[in-house]
Amino acid sequence: MPILSPIGRAFLGFLAATGRLGMFTATATSHCVRPPFYARLILRQMVEIGYYSLPVVGMTTLFTGMVLALQTNSSFSSINAESATATVVVFAVTRELAPVLAGLMVAGRIGAAIAAEIGTMRVTEQVDALSTLSVNPFKYLIAPRLIAGAMMLPLLVFIGDIIGIFGGFLISVYQLDFNAANYLSRTWQFLEWVGVVSGLVKAAAFGFIVSLMGCYHGYHSRGGAQGVGAATTNAVVSASILILIANYIITAMFFGT
Amino acid sequence: MTDPNKTPKIRVRGLHVAFGDNKVLRGLDLDVGNGESVVIIGGSGSGKSVLLKCILGLIEPDSGSIEIDGKEVVGLYGRARDRVNAKIDMLFQGAALFDSLPVWENVAFGLIQTQRIARNAARDVAIQKLAQVGLGPDVADLWPAELSGGMKKRVGLARAIAADPEVIFFDEPTTGLDPIMGDVINDLIVKCVRGLGATGLSITHDMASARKIADRIAMLFEGRIIWQGPVSEIDSSKNAHVDQFIHGRAEGPIQMQVRG
Repeated sequence: MPILSPIGRAFLGFLAATGRLGMFTATATSHCVRPPFYARLILRQMVEIGYYSLPVVGMTTLFTGMVLALQTNSSFSSINAESATATVVVFAVTRELAPVLAGLMVAGRIGAAIAAEIGTMRVTEQVDALSTLSVNPFKYLIAPRLIAGAMMLPLLVFIGDIIGIFGGFLISVYQLDFNAANYLSRTWQFLEWVGVVSGLVKAAAFGFIVSLMGCYHGYHSRGGAQGVGAATTNAVVSASILILIANYIITAMFFGT
Repeated sequence: MTDPNKTPKIRVRGLHVAFGDNKVLRGLDLDVGNGESVVIIGGSGSGKSVLLKCILGLIEPDSGSIEIDGKEVVGLYGRARDRVNAKIDMLFQGAALFDSLPVWENVAFGLIQTQRIARNAARDVAIQKLAQVGLGPDVADLWPAELSGGMKKRVGLARAIAADPEVIFFDEPTTGLDPIMGDVINDLIVKCVRGLGATGLSITHDMASARKIADRIAMLFEGRIIWQGPVSEIDSSKNAHVDQFIHGRAEGPIQMQVRG
């Protein structure tokens, strides 16, 4: 049947790609947990992924917290529930918005950078040169980025939580005339462990996904500048989509029942 | 020719590699003797680079055998592959210097990463190797992006000889260089390979370079070695393919596929 064969081909292609990614993930992860570790490289990636992403994540969460306070106040005032503003800000920021938005911002910043760097190394034969010098590219290039991604994103999100809640506080107190002490005590009251911890677990998963997609697409890029460009796009798009899917799965695991 | 009684350094038998429908290597046989310098010539896209990548384990052949020092290396991975590759270093076509590292760290890369030599000592070795390829110590702290094409090739050569390998591969060593710089690189290759007593395997389509660095020339065409012999016999090969190639004629038995 000529109608079915393209569907079959697409399905087989999908299975092959999934298998390739699975193999790549397994190999990369096994190199993350087996020595030798390149401490210098891990540290450098931590600075690159963590420290230099701080302004972006800080700005994102600050304005998100501010917008949340405004929106909650304006929509909840119709049911006379403005006092829930602090609760909504603290729940939404720690559980969802800080990890997801930080993950997406870092996907754009770091996923693209990793894909472009490793992709350029691939097309200029630097990856092959590593192998000829008996250095495993998975160990030298990929493992440090995965480790740094999974470790730094929770830290970024933790700081983002604080900044986001502070953004909500600023708007609530200075624009919406909430009582600062009341607002803070409500924030403390509703700041729960499971919310913060689930957010940090999400962040670790998102950091891993961003680095993995950057490495995977960079490592498999082909054919010069155009190939590197395509790898960069694919890294950002696939990381973003996987972040949203993983967000659902982790949310279901923590709060599903 | 290689002595049939001795184990060749590299022995390739019946190597087949295909990418989809494109059969690149179709039963390639080649021996490279210990300490010999063999140059493989052939047109663009004839599979010369694929051969080198198969020997290094970067491409898995569909069938065939590759022996180094009499030991099969096809299918090796992990530590066993690292041990084989530790004997081999390579000068890449675009030099493939790591642009995140300064020149001296590029040269000393293998020493620092695999031989675990202290950084200070490795730097001294790097400067000494740079001197061997005619570069001063001031180059050591430059970044690869600051180098000209000829300097990059020299640094790549210094990196290839840094760990005193038993075998060195040269992928189009003179491509992209002016004829004079090309000849400088050729001289350095001859000097370095002889100096180390290493075995050389080069691929090129530059005949001037082939004549200079080769003990023996092999011609690759349609996935097989169709002619091989000492450099002195290349002009009297009586092989129409070889004649066409060394004289660079468009007319002849080799039909270049202008449109793929």
